[in-house]
Amino acid sequence: MAETKMKEISLKPFERGTERLFELFDNKIVLISYIILTLVFLIYLPLNSSRFTQQIMTNFFFFVVVCLGLNIIIGFAGLLNLGYAAFIAVGAYVTGILSATYGINFWLTLPFSIVAAIIAGLALAGPTLRLRGDYLAVVTLGFGEIVRFTARNVEFTGGAVGLIGIERPVFFGIVLNQITHFYYMFFILALLAIITSYRLRASRLGRAWEYIREDEDAASAMGINVVSTRLYAFIIGSCFGALAGSFFAVKMTAISPESFTFIHSVMILLAVVLGGMGKIPGVVLGALFVTLFPELSRGIGQYRMVIFAFVLLVIMLYRPQGIWPDRQGISTKL
Amino acid sequence: MTLWDILLQQLFNGLLIGAFYGLVAVGYSMVYGVIKLLNFAHADIYMCGAFCGLILLTFFAPNIGNTWFGIVVALLISMLVVGILGVVIQRVAYQPMLKAPRLSILITALAVSMLLYNAVLLMTQGQVRAFRTGIVDESFFVGSLRMTDTRMVLLISALLLMLILHLFITRTMYGKAMRAIALDHDTCRLMGINVHKIIALTFFVGSALAAAAGIMAGVHYGTVHFFMGFLIGLKAFTAAVIGGIGIIPGAMLGGLFLGLLEAFATQIPFIGTAWKDVFSFAFLILFLIFKPHGILGRRVSERM
Repeated sequence: MAETKMKEISLKPFERGTERLFELFDNKIVLISYIILTLVFLIYLPLNSSRFTQQIMTNFFFFVVVCLGLNIIIGFAGLLNLGYAAFIAVGAYVTGILSATYGINFWLTLPFSIVAAIIAGLALAGPTLRLRGDYLAVVTLGFGEIVRFTARNVEFTGGAVGLIGIERPVFFGIVLNQITHFYYMFFILALLAIITSYRLRASRLGRAWEYIREDEDAASAMGINVVSTRLYAFIIGSCFGALAGSFFAVKMTAISPESFTFIHSVMILLAVVLGGMGKIPGVVLGALFVTLFPELSRGIGQYRMVIFAFVLLVIMLYRPQGIWPDRQGISTKL
Repeated sequence: MTLWDILLQQLFNGLLIGAFYGLVAVGYSMVYGVIKLLNFAHADIYMCGAFCGLILLTFFAPNIGNTWFGIVVALLISMLVVGILGVVIQRVAYQPMLKAPRLSILITALAVSMLLYNAVLLMTQGQVRAFRTGIVDESFFVGSLRMTDTRMVLLISALLLMLILHLFITRTMYGKAMRAIALDHDTCRLMGINVHKIIALTFFVGSALAAAAGIMAGVHYGTVHFFMGFLIGLKAFTAAVIGGIGIIPGAMLGGLFLGLLEAFATQIPFIGTAWKDVFSFAFLILFLIFKPHGILGRRVSERM
């Protein structure tokens, strides 16, 4: 109790302001009614909105899924993955190749996409995590480039042009080819990602991640296998990315190596850091920001990346807990 | 050309490229040694060094620019300027984060790297710039080995820089302090070492060497561009891991080793020049699996 008082006094004015704003969500009834209102709003939105709005919202849902995936790796387990876009690419290419070249039904490609992500995750994180977690950052950075390079230089991925003519998925006899279809598809996907994230965090595995992040030695002494627990986080996070990639492939019907660059990895990372690593509502908020930012910032064009970098630096230096303050005070240490 | 000649030629090429890798790898390794940070910005510091050299050479061109003397002056000034840049980055971005968790400081390093990269991208409009030295390059043969003046000078000066660094680390008080800080910050403070000053010095030396490598790469390839740091950053990191991260002679050896490996890999028909980057990355993964502590590394378990 005394500790929380101390914390509140030491908060900076800006933090106090946002804390008060977010206090609204502490009340359970208020919170639930907000959630229901948001859901109803999002379900009704496509019925009377332009294609442009739906497009942006679909993008947003896509970002929610990938950001939550990266959040498992960075926020829950405290590992840095700088090539996350490559895992999205793995999923997208597996689905793309299987459905465009071999004509396999989209839904049947999903397990293959997950298996590919698991293999990639094991190959990268397996040898690296045994050593030092921060090697992983460089290895994933390299992997991001290698995947892109390979996709551009081998034949079965369509080279630099990429894959075109990926078949639209069929869902109970309906061919999903309207933006509204994809809006709902990604909406459900995002909801599932959010629920899965919450369930994961509350699970035994989730608590083990938190323990390791806070005190690795203590966790190890309590019988948690640090390496394999982290490996799980990396692989589960990668699977989120690969699945999102598969759905991305059928939505776009064409994918190219340039859809999965380092910049994309950084955007996703920025969303997670901005929202506050490990905090699910914060990450959703971060995803919203990253989706809207390019739309809002068309005027500044070429300065965008400089501003991104600057924002990232400022957040890390002055507000490492992200824009959404943590009420329980668990991950402020992160 | 016989196979032997080709191999000899590749040996020379490999040594030269490996020397560049080594010079950059040393910076990674030194910084990792003192504050246990993978300095992502290091590759961009290398790139900034190359551009700094380009600006200085253009500036000197009317007077002394077209001589080796001009290049050396430009090299030394760039090393100084970029070294100071490294210290500024350390002071502004890394110093406040020293007590923060490892993940935060890694992300900070990434942000600094992106900032430098995109700043240079904006300033150069993303164009590839010619790095003209104006030196007439004579080529000569040693046996069947074809060499040029420039490449000879580059190789010798890179090796010379490594030698100077090695003497600095092993023979001076500052070098001793650096090695001590790598072991234990708090004890060093008790022994009267100004830890922050030595960390700053480490960044200065590492950045200066990266700048030197950048200019040498500019002279060697004849062009500089904003993305030149990315790949060499990855390679230099690989080199540092191969040599055992935190160990400075290891980084140099690792660099030379990786350079040679790549040069010979290009001769293997299946790999060729196109796939040599993939090859060295695969090699990094293999090294992490089978010899994770590097050639010179001891078995120490360190945690993130």
